[in-house]
Amino acid sequence: MRSEDLVRIAAGRPLSRGLGRSYGDSSLPAAGDREVVSTVLADRILSFDQDTGVLRAEAGLSLDDIYRLFLPRGWFVPVTPGTKFVTLGGMVAADVHGKNHHQAGCFGAHVTDIKLRVADGRVVNCSPSVERELFRATIGGMGLTGHIIQVGFKMVRVPSPWIWQESERVPNIEAFIAGLKAASADWPMTAGWIDCLSSGPKMGRGILLKSRWAIPDEAPRRFPRPKRRFTIPFDFPQFVLGPLSIRAFNTLFYWKHLRRKQQRIVHPESTFYPLDMLWHWNRMYGRRGLTQHQCVLPNEAGAGAARRFLEVLVARGGASFLCVIKDCGPEGVGMLSFPRPGISIALDIAVRKDTPALIDALNECVVKEGGRIYLAKDAFTRAEHFRAMDPRIEEFQRVRRIWDPEGKLRSAQSVRLLGDRA
Amino acid sequence: MKKVVVLGATKGMGRAMARRLAERGDALFLLGRDAGDLAMSARDIEVRAARAEGSIGIAPCDLERPQDFASALDVADATLGGFDTVVVTAGLFATQDKLEAEPDLARRLLTADFANTVVFCEEARRRLLARGGGTLCVFSSVAGERGRKPVVIYGAAKAGLTRYLEGLDHRFHDKGLRVICVKPGFVRTGMTAALKPPPFSGEPDAVARDVVRAIDRGQPVVYAPGIWRLIMLVIRMLPRFVMRKIGF
Repeated sequence: MRSEDLVRIAAGRPLSRGLGRSYGDSSLPAAGDREVVSTVLADRILSFDQDTGVLRAEAGLSLDDIYRLFLPRGWFVPVTPGTKFVTLGGMVAADVHGKNHHQAGCFGAHVTDIKLRVADGRVVNCSPSVERELFRATIGGMGLTGHIIQVGFKMVRVPSPWIWQESERVPNIEAFIAGLKAASADWPMTAGWIDCLSSGPKMGRGILLKSRWAIPDEAPRRFPRPKRRFTIPFDFPQFVLGPLSIRAFNTLFYWKHLRRKQQRIVHPESTFYPLDMLWHWNRMYGRRGLTQHQCVLPNEAGAGAARRFLEVLVARGGASFLCVIKDCGPEGVGMLSFPRPGISIALDIAVRKDTPALIDALNECVVKEGGRIYLAKDAFTRAEHFRAMDPRIEEFQRVRRIWDPEGKLRSAQSVRLLGDRA
Repeated sequence: MKKVVVLGATKGMGRAMARRLAERGDALFLLGRDAGDLAMSARDIEVRAARAEGSIGIAPCDLERPQDFASALDVADATLGGFDTVVVTAGLFATQDKLEAEPDLARRLLTADFANTVVFCEEARRRLLARGGGTLCVFSSVAGERGRKPVVIYGAAKAGLTRYLEGLDHRFHDKGLRVICVKPGFVRTGMTAALKPPPFSGEPDAVARDVVRAIDRGQPVVYAPGIWRLIMLVIRMLPRFVMRKIGF
């Protein structure tokens, strides 16, 4: 249900949904519910303070709009996820993180206040100092504490709209993790792509990307032209992203990076939102689509954890077209936020008959290593695995029960993972 | 730079129009039903267009209160220093079932969407013509193209509005009045939220882009999204016995 007036249409509805870019069922209605609230029409900016950088807006404002309106003026969001087709409400609900997590933390760390319509119809303001518990549960709370109506957060000044990037070819997973850790002190943004089909000594080889905002002297004077968008017109047949093509792509991508180290100025959209240029890119995965699996393996699990995880993936033949690795910084304010200090690995997985079994195997490894998964990407995890990964659920559920004693708010995901009644 | 008055600026396509016009540098004055909502929309547009706080004027104006039309337009005129463009996106909407069940709502809708919209346009075009012309851009609908089952009453009001705008164009074109009749197809706004979007439904911002271009070119009739020109061409050619059968 769409409307400009979120408070009105939230009445009696179990969940709000933004632009629908989460990979799983977190923004879908539970089996018994018919409709969720769509926030996309409630996209007004309420205020912007040039001195403090605080932007306040309705929940449906898109990151695409923020990028288009503010980057030319030298302002940007403090944390950006990998697509700009997300809403402010969604960024709070998933407590998104980005390439700068090791320095800037999650998006929630920069949120100053949230206006929330809670289950009994009241509109409540919460912030780090007012209704702090509700605030902490809402950040990363997947919309389960109430309908997010408005959000205030601190933008950051950037020296230019361009990115200075250094990329490096890395021979294996051990070198990769060492490279990420070494880069984290000097570079505000780091992440890497790994070829998760190679095994043995080459396992986890890939390209490590380190970047920062370019300073005006080294960047072009003009604003980066909006990137052309290509549309994937229809669902591709399934063999297009089969194991063979993925192997070919991965090998090519790795060796395309001829020199071991490259430095250059890159377009901000290429850095942050490479897949936004392929409209409907999910259609490449065919009619059955794709899922993601993203986990963080804590530092305590030791340097071998990432290799053990990849071994499970390779042993199961879980070819992944895109595999992104990143080191995470400290845990944030969000009660149920995903990141914690360690190595995060995100996989794109084409959905096949054996996908649930693959996810189970990956999750068993995550449980064993003491890690956890990212709810915004999950569609297949079983409740017992999730509970084993995340002892914080108890506290989250306690806060939910205070604000929603009758259990009015729920999603397909919360029924699946948190045991909400359908 | 144009000086534009927008009636219906707080929601849907009017919101998208106002933002586009402001972001490219036009001066704006917003009219709408609710003063609080207008203030929020003005602030939104000021931030988006990097304008000073309070630089976009507002005045309440409700299509169901024709007695206020003249004064609202006078305030807009004074604030903008003489507007040259008027955009009307406001209107009432309800499903055919609801209008059949509630005769009073049907009467209100017919009055607001036809009679009062015409009265508002008359007030606007008088002011425009007095200074040698200008642009009057009014959102009618593809619903007015053919009598159809789901939009019998709403479509009748929009058909009347479309004819009025056509006549206005014929009568005053050589006096400098540019009349733009916008015929949106199905656009996914709050107005149509209760309906199931058919194929070829559009988004408000894409419609606004097409309409702003039409205003610049002085194009008298705009279908938006453009595909609806073709769809309505086919619908207009269908014989009566087919129209009686289909649900569209």
